Amino acid sequence: MWLAKMAWKNIWRNRNRTIITMAAIFFAVILSVIASSLQAGIFDNLVKNVVSFYTGYMQVHKQGYWDEQILDNSFESSAETEKKILQNKNVTSVTERLESFALASSEDITKGCLVVGINPEKENEVTLLRNKLTQGSYLQDNDNAVLLSQGLAKRLQLKVNDTIVLMGQGYHGATAAGKYRIKGLVKFGSPDLNDKALFMPLATAQDFYSAYGMVTSYVLSLSNTKDLQPTESSVRLAIGAGYEVMTWEQMIPDIKQHIETDSNNMKYVQGILYMLICFGIFGTLLMMMVERKFEMGMLVAIGMKKSTLVILMLFESLLTVIAGCLSGIIISIPLVHYLNKHPIKIGGETAKAYERFGFEAIFPTSTEASNFIHQGLIVLVIGLVLSLYPMYKIIRINPVTAMKR
Amino acid sequence: MNTVIDAHNISKVYNPETIPVYAVNNVHLHLERGEFTALVGPSGSGKTTLLNMIGGLDKPDGGNIFINGNDITKLSANELIDFRLKNIGFVFQSFNLIPVLTAKENVEFIMQLQKIKQSERDERIKQLFQQIGLEDKLNERPSKLSGGQQQRVAVARALASKPQFVLADEPTANLDTKSASNLLDIMAKLNKEENITFLFSTHDQRVIDRARRVITLVDGRIVKDTAVVSTEHKEAATIR
Ligand SMILES: Nc1ncnc2c1ncn2[C@@H]1O[C@H](COP(=O)(O)OP(=O)(O)OP(=O)(O)O)[C@@H](O)[C@H]1O
Ligand SMILES: [Mg+2]
Repeated sequence: MWLAKMAWKNIWRNRNRTIITMAAIFFAVILSVIASSLQAGIFDNLVKNVVSFYTGYMQVHKQGYWDEQILDNSFESSAETEKKILQNKNVTSVTERLESFALASSEDITKGCLVVGINPEKENEVTLLRNKLTQGSYLQDNDNAVLLSQGLAKRLQLKVNDTIVLMGQGYHGATAAGKYRIKGLVKFGSPDLNDKALFMPLATAQDFYSAYGMVTSYVLSLSNTKDLQPTESSVRLAIGAGYEVMTWEQMIPDIKQHIETDSNNMKYVQGILYMLICFGIFGTLLMMMVERKFEMGMLVAIGMKKSTLVILMLFESLLTVIAGCLSGIIISIPLVHYLNKHPIKIGGETAKAYERFGFEAIFPTSTEASNFIHQGLIVLVIGLVLSLYPMYKIIRINPVTAMKR
Repeated sequence: MNTVIDAHNISKVYNPETIPVYAVNNVHLHLERGEFTALVGPSGSGKTTLLNMIGGLDKPDGGNIFINGNDITKLSANELIDFRLKNIGFVFQSFNLIPVLTAKENVEFIMQLQKIKQSERDERIKQLFQQIGLEDKLNERPSKLSGGQQQRVAVARALASKPQFVLADEPTANLDTKSASNLLDIMAKLNKEENITFLFSTHDQRVIDRARRVITLVDGRIVKDTAVVSTEHKEAATIR
């Protein structure tokens, strides 16, 4: 105990040096916490945006559908299969879709479009489709009507309450044709979807394509969106080999890749940050050892065990580093929360890239506690590893040479 | 007879391969309990080297050193640290004290290293500070003490663990005449009243005059070893 007290007093023997060390650690923690929570926030936001557009976090199809996305690769929707999927605790809801292509015409314009048969209420739970409505009203289960994406409506020069004519190839070669009222317009950030998508109730779509009882995919919502792999394998196991289970990472690999490149870049930034902390701490440690060489030699001379001296040093390092870390974390908590409420806006090329994926480049920080703890621990470990140096010096100290002036 | 230090034939050679320097050359030294002995000699004569070896800080290249009958040349570096803690009191030329501790704490921590009980420590501190005449400076940091006062605290610390003897390498070198004489008064008094053994090196003639035995080193060899019969007479002389 007296040793800890002595360590505390030693810390303050050179107030400026200690304050500089603590400040270095303090700012390092703040910077790395903000950097990492910003990064985590950006990615979470990116994934959430992309995934909630359309694909969802996970989908189930008939085996082989993803490679050949045609109606003949659809499967019969069954309450039993849905139940099996829902047995997984991480799956909160399942919604069916029947997707295929068709030609859409107004009076004299014809364009290709993606027809998506949906369960309006469940679809809204997964992809928040209702929020994307800009005009008109949302679909109901038995409507003989469609929601049109803005871009497609513009190309076809159609507006709400106009009639759209669809033509295409149905299930097993049947001819598909129909006339539908436009009930509303939806807006997608992704140009691809915005120029192509057309939504109608599932039953209407099945009727149009003569694909009665058939769906092309189940879209799953997850409660813990980070637990992808285990959920995937357990769902796969539950429904058997006739189906393929795909995560968003597999369905939109470019996003996954983008995240990986970006987080590697961030690792360099953090690496440099950590290196700066290392130099800062090490510099002060070196100064301290030079300053206290005589005193340490004297302590060993009068009978202080080197192990006791090492413990003293350890206390001193611990107190300094922990004080810096803790104050850094304490200050960064409100900062990160502020940046979560008032997100950073990114401009330039990056912004364009994000807009291409279909959403604004606004990035709230992630306020996940693990971020703070993680960064705090890294800095703590750096501090402790560096304090091995003075300990090594102490173990090798020779009182006679140390006390020579 | 009560032998405290018995050094046989000890030597220390620096740079044995290139130009050998015999810092200490075949020295025999014998010290009894209660001695008050000065080690003198010109600069570079080997005083510090000899004291360091006797204090177990440095190993001789030849010979044996018995402290209270134990051959300390046979001890490992770690055993020596413990041996020093329990058997030898040190007073260095300067910077003896830890600047962040008060005078009292500087004396106390050496007893804490020995795991001496609080009550016993308190008692000892009270007694020691009385003996060095600094009862009123217990809670001062070293920076608030004069050089002489700091050296007196160093003497108190050296005595805290009740060592076999106290080694002091030029304890007065950085002190003015008055402080030096004052420190010597305290050391002499402790020697006389508590029978504490002192071995100190010095250049200062007035300090030499206070010793009861004077050993003179030249080029690492003892060239003279004189016992002074009447200290009282000398003390009277200095006071005047
Ligand atoms: N580490 C060392 N390496 C080489 N030579 C040394 C070393 N330490 C001491 N010496 C030499 O040993 C001799 C004795 O030195 P020592 O310090 O013991 O003398 P001293 O009597 O204490 O001198 P002073 O009165 O100046 O303190 C000197 O010639 C010195 O140069
Ligand atoms: Mg010397």
